[in-house]
Amino acid sequence: MGQITLQGVHKSFGPVNIIKDANLDIEDGSFVVFVGPSGCGKTTLLRLIAGLEDVTGGQILIDGRNVVDVPPAKRGLSMVFQSYALYPHMSVRGNIAFGLKMAGLPRAEIGRKVEAAAATLNLTPYLDRKPRELSGGQRQRVAIGRAIVREPKAFLFDEPLSNLDAALRVQMRMEVTKLQKQLGTTAIYVTHDQVEAMTMADKIVVLNAGRIEQYGSPLELYEHPANIFVAGFIGSPKMNLISGEAAAAHGAATIGIRPEHLKIGQEGEGWPGTVSVAEHLGSDTFLYVDAGKLGVLTARYIGELNLKAGDRVWLSPDPARLHRFDKDGGVIQA
Amino acid sequence: MARKVTSRRLMVSTAAAWLFGFLIFLPILWMVLTSFKTELEAFAMPPTFLLFHWTTENYATVQSRSDYVHHALNSIMVAGGSTLIAMLIAVPAAWSMAFAPTKRTKDILLWMLSTKMMPPVGVLVPIYLIYRDFGLLDTRAGLILILCLGNLPIVIWMLFTYFKEIPKDILEAARMDGATIGRELVYVLAPMAVPGLASTLLLNFILAWNEAFWTLNLSTLDAAPLTVFIASYSSPEGLFWAKLSAASTLAIAPIIILGWFTQRQLVRGLTFGAVK
Repeated sequence: MGQITLQGVHKSFGPVNIIKDANLDIEDGSFVVFVGPSGCGKTTLLRLIAGLEDVTGGQILIDGRNVVDVPPAKRGLSMVFQSYALYPHMSVRGNIAFGLKMAGLPRAEIGRKVEAAAATLNLTPYLDRKPRELSGGQRQRVAIGRAIVREPKAFLFDEPLSNLDAALRVQMRMEVTKLQKQLGTTAIYVTHDQVEAMTMADKIVVLNAGRIEQYGSPLELYEHPANIFVAGFIGSPKMNLISGEAAAAHGAATIGIRPEHLKIGQEGEGWPGTVSVAEHLGSDTFLYVDAGKLGVLTARYIGELNLKAGDRVWLSPDPARLHRFDKDGGVIQA
Repeated sequence: MARKVTSRRLMVSTAAAWLFGFLIFLPILWMVLTSFKTELEAFAMPPTFLLFHWTTENYATVQSRSDYVHHALNSIMVAGGSTLIAMLIAVPAAWSMAFAPTKRTKDILLWMLSTKMMPPVGVLVPIYLIYRDFGLLDTRAGLILILCLGNLPIVIWMLFTYFKEIPKDILEAARMDGATIGRELVYVLAPMAVPGLASTLLLNFILAWNEAFWTLNLSTLDAAPLTVFIASYSSPEGLFWAKLSAASTLAIAPIIILGWFTQRQLVRGLTFGAVK
């Protein structure tokens, strides 16, 4: 089991409030990603759950038991660090076995479990090597091996892939997701990369300035952002946010429309503008359109569109996909 | 792109390195050679390099005139004792400053270093008077105390930089893995810190062994280490170069042998942090 519940958790360092009243229900077996800009408190929230930081107030329940006064190791969680944090003087075997050794398991059982974890992660040939003799991807695997071997209630990942190169990152992303589904263990994953969040998560927690802005599945967040922050943060390229008269016409302080929901139409239809940059990717065409008072709008066309910088275009938003926000940034329900 | 090293360039830099090394080594070599000359040849102008009448009489004289073993034992006890005590104080100090720093940690470190900027002679008289009143003059305990205090800032600084290099993540990983503080220390921290501790220990021992200012001023016979033994050969009756060289050679021999066998540790210690 690995159900994690946060009730009114807050954390301050001196006078600075890092986490403000976080409430969250993480279901057993789900893959939850904490995402947000740097400094939003996502790593702090993870460290609070891990027990590496003490909460200032509130409760953290793991399987219904309040663990705020329980030391990290007794919470039954394991953590994968951004820097891997392998023990440099121990072999891969020693690294993976360390937690079991500390738990006082019999030697034969430790050996068996380490072998099994190594086999799962394709680390068997490297068991007797030291971490410095491994590549970045292999080190990351060892760090994951150290986490899975303890059969924890939940895995905590702190930006584990950010030190890897782009190609390896995509590969490890899939491996981590696959492994988590295979083991069925709850996972909390911190990242600042919204693509990682969208591709890996069952549910995403969007954090901003220590506050949980929205909690939901990737598509819920994409299609129904609760506020301007989430609307602007999730999705690439960013959602177009327009305020002023055009927004007032829809009865909102700000309206948002995703690039793929802007129809590129004929003369006289919608908002006029001039293409300032056209990106032709083959599969998609991205247009950055200078639309006068509305600012620069991004439009996405699936497939190839023969337009270039300087061309005049007309953009009309799909009314069904238009997001309306009030002056406080909250969404206005239709 | 890697810089291209031509064989010519390599030859020139190798030759330069050898020359530089030889220049540094020359005074020591000269001292050893002089110790095997007669007093007359030690003065000779132009000096002779290898073709002189080799003799070991200086060593015999030095041994008969003063008790080398007594001074060497004092050196070992004073250098060893001050190093051990300094380490006992410095390890926890550097530890807490590296892993639990406060707002004032930096200030404390700088203040400690600043004490090394003061010329020791500036406090010689007060220290001498304190030592006289407390009966510490010419005692091993007195020398151990002053050398320990003198080297403490350097030892703490060195250890602090070592401990700083140990990533905090690794300690947290150990905590997540269920290690208690004691086990964290035994299984994770100690193995990672051993090279740093060893090179600090060695360097501090060498510094204490070679320290001459305080040992010459605060001891005469009973507690006198090898530095005093050397100095006793530059006497008012005149300089006895050959005997002085023999005494000096005897005095530095143990530390050179120690340094030779631990040079890898020492180089690693002195370049730590500079090269990853």
